[in-house]
Amino acid sequence: MPFIPHTEKDTREMLAAIGAKSTEDLFDEIPAELRIDHLHEVPEALSEMEISRLMRDRAAMDGSPLCFIGAGAYEHHIPTAVWDIATRGEYYSAYTPYQAEASQGTLQTIYEYQTMITELTGLDVSNASLYDGASGLAEAALMAVRANRRVKSGLVLLAPGVNPVYEHVAEAIAGSQGLTFEWLPVDATTGNVAFEQLPEGRNPVAVVMQQPTFPGTLEDVDRLTDWAHAEGAFAVGIANPITLALLKAPGNWGELGVDIACGEGQPLGVPLSSGGPYFGYMTCKQKHVRQMPGRIVGRTVDLDGNPGFTLTLQAREQHIRRSKATSNICTNQGLMVTAATIYMSLLGAEGIAQVGRKSHENTTRLVDGLCAIDGIERLYEGPYFHEVALRFDRPVAPVLDTLAAKNILGGFDLSDSAGTDALLVCATETKTDADIDACIAAFAEAMG
Amino acid sequence: MSELIFEKSRGGRRAFAQAPVEAGSLSIPEQFLRDDQPRLPEASELQTVRHYTRLSQKNFSIDTQFYPLGSCTMKYNPRACNALALLPEFAGRHPLGPVTHGQGFLTCMYELQEMLKDVTGMKGVSLTPMAGAQGELAGVAMIKAYHDARGDTERDEIIVPDAAHGTNPATATMCGCTVKEIPTGPDGDVDMDALKAVLGPKTAGIMLTNPSTLGVFERHITVIAEMVHDAGGLLYYDGANLNAILGKVRPGDMDFDVIHMNLHKTFSTPHGGGGPGSGAVGVNQRLLPFMPIPVVTQREKDGETFFDWAAEDDIPQSIGRLSGFMGNSGVLLRAYVYMRMLGRDGMERVAEFATLNANYLMVRLRDAGFELAFPERRASHEFIITLKHEAKDYSLTAMDVAKALLDKNYHAPTTYFPLLVPECLLIEPTETESKETLDNFVAAMIDIVRAAKEDGVQYKDAPYKMPVRRLDDVKAARELNLRYDPE
Repeated sequence: MPFIPHTEKDTREMLAAIGAKSTEDLFDEIPAELRIDHLHEVPEALSEMEISRLMRDRAAMDGSPLCFIGAGAYEHHIPTAVWDIATRGEYYSAYTPYQAEASQGTLQTIYEYQTMITELTGLDVSNASLYDGASGLAEAALMAVRANRRVKSGLVLLAPGVNPVYEHVAEAIAGSQGLTFEWLPVDATTGNVAFEQLPEGRNPVAVVMQQPTFPGTLEDVDRLTDWAHAEGAFAVGIANPITLALLKAPGNWGELGVDIACGEGQPLGVPLSSGGPYFGYMTCKQKHVRQMPGRIVGRTVDLDGNPGFTLTLQAREQHIRRSKATSNICTNQGLMVTAATIYMSLLGAEGIAQVGRKSHENTTRLVDGLCAIDGIERLYEGPYFHEVALRFDRPVAPVLDTLAAKNILGGFDLSDSAGTDALLVCATETKTDADIDACIAAFAEAMG
Repeated sequence: MSELIFEKSRGGRRAFAQAPVEAGSLSIPEQFLRDDQPRLPEASELQTVRHYTRLSQKNFSIDTQFYPLGSCTMKYNPRACNALALLPEFAGRHPLGPVTHGQGFLTCMYELQEMLKDVTGMKGVSLTPMAGAQGELAGVAMIKAYHDARGDTERDEIIVPDAAHGTNPATATMCGCTVKEIPTGPDGDVDMDALKAVLGPKTAGIMLTNPSTLGVFERHITVIAEMVHDAGGLLYYDGANLNAILGKVRPGDMDFDVIHMNLHKTFSTPHGGGGPGSGAVGVNQRLLPFMPIPVVTQREKDGETFFDWAAEDDIPQSIGRLSGFMGNSGVLLRAYVYMRMLGRDGMERVAEFATLNANYLMVRLRDAGFELAFPERRASHEFIITLKHEAKDYSLTAMDVAKALLDKNYHAPTTYFPLLVPECLLIEPTETESKETLDNFVAAMIDIVRAAKEDGVQYKDAPYKMPVRRLDDVKAARELNLRYDPE
């Protein structure tokens, strides 16, 4: 009986106190016809030693290939201290800080996180995080509808650089609340929004843009933010936070800055881990804070006048407002935010900038090498950060298979969303020159 | 309050080991670059490690305290689950990596789906929802999709008992439904007349937690299922309290159409200071076509079987994707390890001993003079006491007892939930706590009330022994201070 401390004597005494003959008696209110005798598919128990062996074998099946895939999740070096501390039992096995006096560790950590992420995104206030970047966009769109009250269209326009999966997720989560999502026209040369073809008078409630874009380009977010505001819409900015020590903060895009920023927090110290758990960040202008979903931590004072932290603005939330809440969200991604806070503290602005510069340099080396191969060229012109879309003269999938057989994951097959044979590649700071050259050589051979 | 990390910051100080030593030039036009530097901490590695280690020590947690927070199932989180989910190959696996480099991970996910089907009695499981509330959203969205697919488009009412978690009505609203709240009878079961009165051609479904948030098993469940189905509605099972019935009775056998499980409760993945959760959903036959994607499936190629994602092409009527990739995979791995360690028999023991602990604690507190909200009922894995008399006679509220418990080194039970029981404490001990812990907790509860009754002790200013005293929530909300500002 793993993890159950009862001795036979304990059980006997406890049953006697209850006045029950056996633990079976404790289930006597359940209608007998519903009871089952046994489970069938769950296997017999394994000891820790046995499950460790099994999991190590399974992990070995997946291996540790050399990975040049980004597309929304990025491999970065994670300092050992980050998860050493985040998985301390006091962080790992605590819950939502309802009892503030007994949760000052988690609360102060989130307050520090809120400070750091507002610094990176250039906005006034942050919540304690959302599930991930994709669901964060759904929440941002719903928030825009609440906060941009004058606009009743429910129409959300998306720049072509927004991650296409984010649109699917936003549609699935927010679609039944009267929101519609439509793509803005794309300029085939740059991969960015086609400004001369922007629709007028559609009365959108929000315009969403992403920087860097999903295919890796840099969008003229200043102009697009200004256009959104001229149309009476909220500007919603999605940004990779690791880029924000170098790239312009969403709060400074255009004349007024975006109204809401959101995105995937994973690059800040969270392992790739097959897609989760990650966290979505969300920041906004001060005046919209009461429309924000999720937990928010505030600083206040205690009975002695000493500073302390507590969950605040809870009147927005489901456990108080029930069917009228800003969102059904209950948990945030506390553990991931703890890790991200430690990560940002360890790297600082200069460290994160260095990660960005090195990733940019590595990606440049990779792209230059690949574009020297016959049949590969840049899909879009213009600047990039650490990810680039490439056009291939043949289907990409077989090429990727060839590389995978050599334990190199050559990138993300972009052909579906690009409408042509295309690949999205990314080389973060984790790659050495030798890694990159090996990747280029493997492509050259596969294309040969 | 500890000094903030920003206040420990000194210009030019860094954890130099943690960034690339050399980082070259950046060829990005100026218009895209920021002209200021974000004010992140400038601290050494030791300073950071010490700061966050010390902060962690200001938390109560399962690893350090008894944490009988009702409805949250704060049981021991085995260390092996964490360590094995973070094996380098699992932690480093890119979500868009090819399945050829993911058969180990996918095997675990497939087996997890199969095990969850078995313990819930459902026909299909999708692991992708990232928290209980997202599982609820998926569930109600599937109910809507089912009715819509049949051309039954007028059904937009979701019935929710008044004892339900706040996420239930909030979810129904998010799915574009209207909430019909029904009362609870004096014995803790659903008021059947009230249910009958709200059922009709607009009923999309009902959301039930069973055992309910009142800590009792809904005895009329079979009749309720029949009534709702006869009215053309579907039944949604909120799995918040699955721990109480694991291996004893299954939502599928109770005729629920769709369920969510809180893997961070029943299957012991970490609560992490408020997440990540994980809210896998299970469905019966009729909702299979609507499951959120992706799910893991088994395929055959050249005579060999392998695991693969089933997505849009396989499940074209799916309600869609709920996360950027496939949900909280790392949490799912932890749940998988936990389930394998429990095994078939261990899983049945979970419900037995969770229920034993709850009933024992309930009886001990009752015998010590505490009033039970539902004295005639068996506790499930949790139960409610009400302090309405103590509040009236000695000005001792549920809040006071909660704060006084902190000073005695116990995390407080859930307070003031469910909303329909006045001055209530919802207490869930879980199966991983020993008899001694429960006995000591009872002694602490007795002592708190005795001091109030006999010595006139007031706890309005408690706690005294925590890092901070009681906090001014009103000031926090009125004078918003949500970030550090050095100016």
